Amino acid sequence: MNENIKKLKDLPSTHLMGTGTPMCAGCGGLEALHQVYDILGKNTVIINAAGCMTLLSVYPFTPFSGSWIYTAMASAPAGAQGVRDALDILRKKGSITEEEDLQVVVLTGDGSAYGMGMSATSGAMDRDLDFIYLCYDNEGYGNTGQQYSQATPHAAQTATSKSALGFTGYKKDLFSIWAAHKPAYVATVIGSEPLDLAKKIEKAKGLKGPKMIIALSPCPTGWDFDPSKTVDIGKLAVKTGIWPLKEYIDGKVIHTKIPKKRLNIEAYLKEQGRFSHLFEPTRNESLLAELQKKVDTYWEEIENG
Amino acid sequence: MKRKLLTGNGAAAWGARLAKADYIPAFPITPQTEIIETLAKWIDTDEMEGRLVTLESEHSMITAAGTAASTGVRVFTATSSQGLLYAMEMLYTVAGWRAPLVLVNVSRGLSAPITLEADHNDVMAARDSGFLQIHCSTCQEVLDGVIMAYRISEDQKIRLPIIVNLDGFYLSFTREPVELPDKEAVDAFLPPFDAGNIKLRANMPESQAVVVLGGSPYSYFRYEMHLAEMNGLNIYESVAGEFKKHFGREYASVESYRTDDAEYLFVMMGSFATKAKEAVDRLRDAGWTIGLLRPRLFRPFPAPTFQKLCRGKKAVAVIDQNLSMGKGGILHGELASALYGHNEMPTILASFIGGLGGRDISTEEFFEMANVIKRSFEEGSTPPPRLLYTDEELREIRKLQTIANVERNSLKGEQ
Repeated sequence: MNENIKKLKDLPSTHLMGTGTPMCAGCGGLEALHQVYDILGKNTVIINAAGCMTLLSVYPFTPFSGSWIYTAMASAPAGAQGVRDALDILRKKGSITEEEDLQVVVLTGDGSAYGMGMSATSGAMDRDLDFIYLCYDNEGYGNTGQQYSQATPHAAQTATSKSALGFTGYKKDLFSIWAAHKPAYVATVIGSEPLDLAKKIEKAKGLKGPKMIIALSPCPTGWDFDPSKTVDIGKLAVKTGIWPLKEYIDGKVIHTKIPKKRLNIEAYLKEQGRFSHLFEPTRNESLLAELQKKVDTYWEEIENG
Repeated sequence: MKRKLLTGNGAAAWGARLAKADYIPAFPITPQTEIIETLAKWIDTDEMEGRLVTLESEHSMITAAGTAASTGVRVFTATSSQGLLYAMEMLYTVAGWRAPLVLVNVSRGLSAPITLEADHNDVMAARDSGFLQIHCSTCQEVLDGVIMAYRISEDQKIRLPIIVNLDGFYLSFTREPVELPDKEAVDAFLPPFDAGNIKLRANMPESQAVVVLGGSPYSYFRYEMHLAEMNGLNIYESVAGEFKKHFGREYASVESYRTDDAEYLFVMMGSFATKAKEAVDRLRDAGWTIGLLRPRLFRPFPAPTFQKLCRGKKAVAVIDQNLSMGKGGILHGELASALYGHNEMPTILASFIGGLGGRDISTEEFFEMANVIKRSFEEGSTPPPRLLYTDEELREIRKLQTIANVERNSLKGEQ
């Protein structure tokens, strides 16, 4: 395993991906993708599913120095299967050299990863496909205006959950669902923790089989906060314990950055318009307590081993 | 070359094997299953090179087929019915990628009600997708069709995927003697896949299938697809001509049977056309001048060939083994648009629907259809579309309904 990245100063100082894409200002997904792409490099082919990032490559422009193919919302992992198998066939035949080979990367949002594309993802892991899956999770169908998805957290207001309770469902535990397939690697990351992210992508790059990455992606337009706050909100997601940074490898789950003294989740919620109904016009004490308890329970189980 | 008794499914598998398909994304569905089982066995026993991967759905199967073809390998895949519809989003998509590949569809009626037996509504649903379509009526034609399909699909002037269609049960499970060409002969006819400029390599980054903004670039690429598919009319003829030179078998884009002096025509597709041939022979014995046209190539639609073959005829019976709800037979509408406004076209173009869900079409029904179009021609008016169904069939259905009612009532009595 490659362990080149130990400190922040080991990270690349410039980004490989081009600028000027149509992503929103302060896009937490793009922040994570920049960092991931820096580590993976240009000898990649990105297999994309329908979502915000589909708009990265608009004819005839692309920010990528590597390859890209857009598939559909449900089947990007199957697209990765076809590319990987074809490259393997060409390698076996001697039609292409090792240098011409590509790292196959699936890029989808949470709408595809948590929902429509789940069957194709499960199938790809089941077939032990050698690929990296990067899900930028902005907790809703962001590209269509942030309707709730299966990744939306409890109580968040979205374009389709505007009542005083917000979204009444709960965020699906995709990490555990993915880990249950026993793939080579599963990890959660966030763009505001670049060192943790880089170490994980570096590790994933050195492994064979399915490498599954979920990047929580603060979304100024969907979560309703100022684009300048993306990094702060990302840091708060980790410090409050709402977004546990962890990895699954060799059958074990390891937390890679345990917040020493967890902040109250209000610090995270208050920054976002999608949770403002919890504070105004009156504080919804019972719902806030419920949300805090859920996070506390999670970490107590971890801390008590 | 040797002769072998093969089912339609076996013939399709042999086609893929002789074409040296590199990659076979698969998903089982009745009545296609024998194709992938056969290929899997050959690959497992090293009788065939290539890789077969079972995906978790037909939607994924066609996605993988498209991306593999776009990476630069020769792809074969197969499905039926619900599978084709489940994959429909990706049929349109991979056609837009200009990914050449061969998809064998073993036709089967669509749900609901769910059934296993053949009709053409499944493959007709793919009509506008950008896949070319070849329709077979014999097992030999299935094998030859797959080999020809690669030449057509991979042609630099086309570069679109192609469906080779055969009817479930009637062809998929029927054994017929099939001439198996030697692999050297197939190699001489079908060179290895040349991916051209569509491939994915580390040293030549490529963005495929990207977004376009606005109607103008969208229209451009869609028109390009259409024009490429239209090139298929000429390329089909030249590939069929070469095929005849190599293998001696002739496959016109529209098969015409006893049509030269015919005043009346049947038009139909697929394996049931062999029933129409039998009816033509018997009607000829009874003094009729009647023939059969069978489009082998359905996409691109061979309109000029139909115009030529229909010129001067009195009346045509189009028998559709499909039903477009609220409209009628699909082939009938296609043919009407191809013939309308051209000189000396038949005055009567009558529509009949039959053979849905594997229902037989009897010789007597062919006689009746011939009588209907002859009478219509003499009266000078086109008859309304007719749904083939007999009094006997209706009696049987009524019987089933009576039984169902008796059962229901007796269950009520028990409660």
